Amino acid sequence: MCNLWSFTMANDSGTPTRNRRWLITTVVLSAVAVFAVTALLINIFERKQEARNPYYHVVDLNDTIADPAIWGKDFPMQYDLYKRTIDMQRTKYGGSEALPHSPTDADPRSLVSRSKLQEDPRLKLMWAGYAFSIDYRERRGHAYMLDDQTFTERQKANPPGACLNCHASMVTVYNQLGGGDMMKGFEVVNHMKYSEARQYAKHPVACIDCHEPKTMQLRVTRPAFIQGIRAFKAKQGVENYDVNAQATRQEMRSYVCAQCHVTYYFKGPDKTLTFPWEKGLHVEEIIADEDQSKVKEWEHPDTGAGLIKPRHPEFEVWSQGVHARSGVACADCHMPYTRMGGLKISDHQVNSPLLKINRSCQTCHHFTEQELRARVEDIQDNFFNLRNTAMDALVDLINDIKANKDHATPEQLAQAREAQRHAQFMIDFIISENSMGFHAPQEAMRILGNAINTCRNGQLALHGAPTPSHNPPMIAQRQPGGSLP
Amino acid sequence: MRVKSTPVLWIVAALLLGTLVGVGSYAFIYAKGYSYLQNDPVACANCHAMRTQYDGWVKSSHHFAATCNDCHTPTNVAGKYAVKASNGFFHSMYFTTGHYPDTIRITNFDLGVTEAACRRCHQDITQAINGNVAHSQAKGMKCTRCHYSVGHSNESAWLNVQPLELHHGK
Repeated sequence: MCNLWSFTMANDSGTPTRNRRWLITTVVLSAVAVFAVTALLINIFERKQEARNPYYHVVDLNDTIADPAIWGKDFPMQYDLYKRTIDMQRTKYGGSEALPHSPTDADPRSLVSRSKLQEDPRLKLMWAGYAFSIDYRERRGHAYMLDDQTFTERQKANPPGACLNCHASMVTVYNQLGGGDMMKGFEVVNHMKYSEARQYAKHPVACIDCHEPKTMQLRVTRPAFIQGIRAFKAKQGVENYDVNAQATRQEMRSYVCAQCHVTYYFKGPDKTLTFPWEKGLHVEEIIADEDQSKVKEWEHPDTGAGLIKPRHPEFEVWSQGVHARSGVACADCHMPYTRMGGLKISDHQVNSPLLKINRSCQTCHHFTEQELRARVEDIQDNFFNLRNTAMDALVDLINDIKANKDHATPEQLAQAREAQRHAQFMIDFIISENSMGFHAPQEAMRILGNAINTCRNGQLALHGAPTPSHNPPMIAQRQPGGSLP
Repeated sequence: MRVKSTPVLWIVAALLLGTLVGVGSYAFIYAKGYSYLQNDPVACANCHAMRTQYDGWVKSSHHFAATCNDCHTPTNVAGKYAVKASNGFFHSMYFTTGHYPDTIRITNFDLGVTEAACRRCHQDITQAINGNVAHSQAKGMKCTRCHYSVGHSNESAWLNVQPLELHHGK
């Protein structure tokens, strides 16, 4: 103590020798160096700890717990990313920025996404007479799926309960309504009206819908997919396919998404949610399936054509593309591995890969982000231009039928209406698919080409002109290629 | 007073320097600093940032022919340790701060080092290519542009593929 005091006094005296100045400098520098090395040591320690995969078992999870916040206690990092699906960010062609909305009693949302109907009024003519012509908006993150379905103006059309299958966390709902039997619960929901079934649903899609609660293994929980993929595999010669027992891990990383990102229709008087894959996953095969089942969702008021509507067939379109053929799963691009401290986890903020090019595309493609974005947007620009041409062709066909339905023979009219039904399905199929042609660029352009040709043939038939003999039939009997999902 | 104060400063300085050497040595050993002076590829995966590359190399066609240093440092001693020091400093800095992309990509300088390594070992082939007028005019030609997966690739880490036997059909 005495010595320290004297040191201070000496310092204050203001006449340090060169020796002392050197000594003080040494002390200061050494102190700084010890400080820095200790900080580095602690940092190295922390990095080593991060890499140790800490898992804290906080709650016992089981199939009665739907609330993702409870699952999030065991898996906080994944849950945190999952919650970020509330972010709204658009890319050149996809997503939407948040638009303000004045809350009303019927629709309390304060933010909505852009209206596609306002951006392209041709859609209103295409869906005239059907609920989609009332309200149709850009899609946004998983966090909004339940609210956006509950408050869409399409609710005016009193939709069936089956719609809920893909807009809510359904495992506990099926179990509750089926008395523990998911399949039975599924049938009960199919019979209900949406407003009735909605009361049972509490959450948007959640952990429980894709993960087995004990092991966190991926699993399919939607009966419609279990039945749909079984029908598709049977066509390929695999009988009684059980997706949860027979699919590989890499296949499951697409199949869990394909529980919902697919097209469907409501079959028969029971309104059973059905994936039309018995003949295959190509659009012509799906049309043939729905034709055979005599599906008619509504009648176009201008033309009298009986029409069908495809919905978000991401899985079917992706299945025809080069990424599927190379074994790249949905999760590889939409949920790429992300670094959390020393851990790598899959990104549960499911969104466009264009918002995370480094983690998704550059894992395989060794080009700059700028180059990769340019490649994607080049594909999408081309698709968007041909999409517009196809929409024009469809509008021409509809107007032509409307103007001539009183002059044409019943047979001419029937052929033109069938052309409208098929062309409209093809166009709707590839534009309601959420990648602006990217998931399978050549297939997307092929579908648009077929749709334009179908419109042309419909107009020729309407006016009694012979269909050119070198043309393929309106719905080409296509031999599906070997690409498997 | 001055006579009394000097030993105190000496003691403080000595303690601090001793602590520095002690903590520094411990940190060096704890962080396996010595491993970076050697040639074992395991050192490159000491921190998890290079885990994917290491796993890819284990299954690559070059696994039995080249280690990390063979392709990623020059052969001369001065160059080798200069590159090691430079990369070591920057890798440590990025890893410590955590500011680096999830999918890491090689810098142009390091790509040049690797290109030189390809051409050194595969002289028989590359000299013949260099002698070709059409090719020598293509200044930007790089072996790894086509043979990007020979050292380590994500694909070879997770696909059960056999290493290609190209150029070895003697």
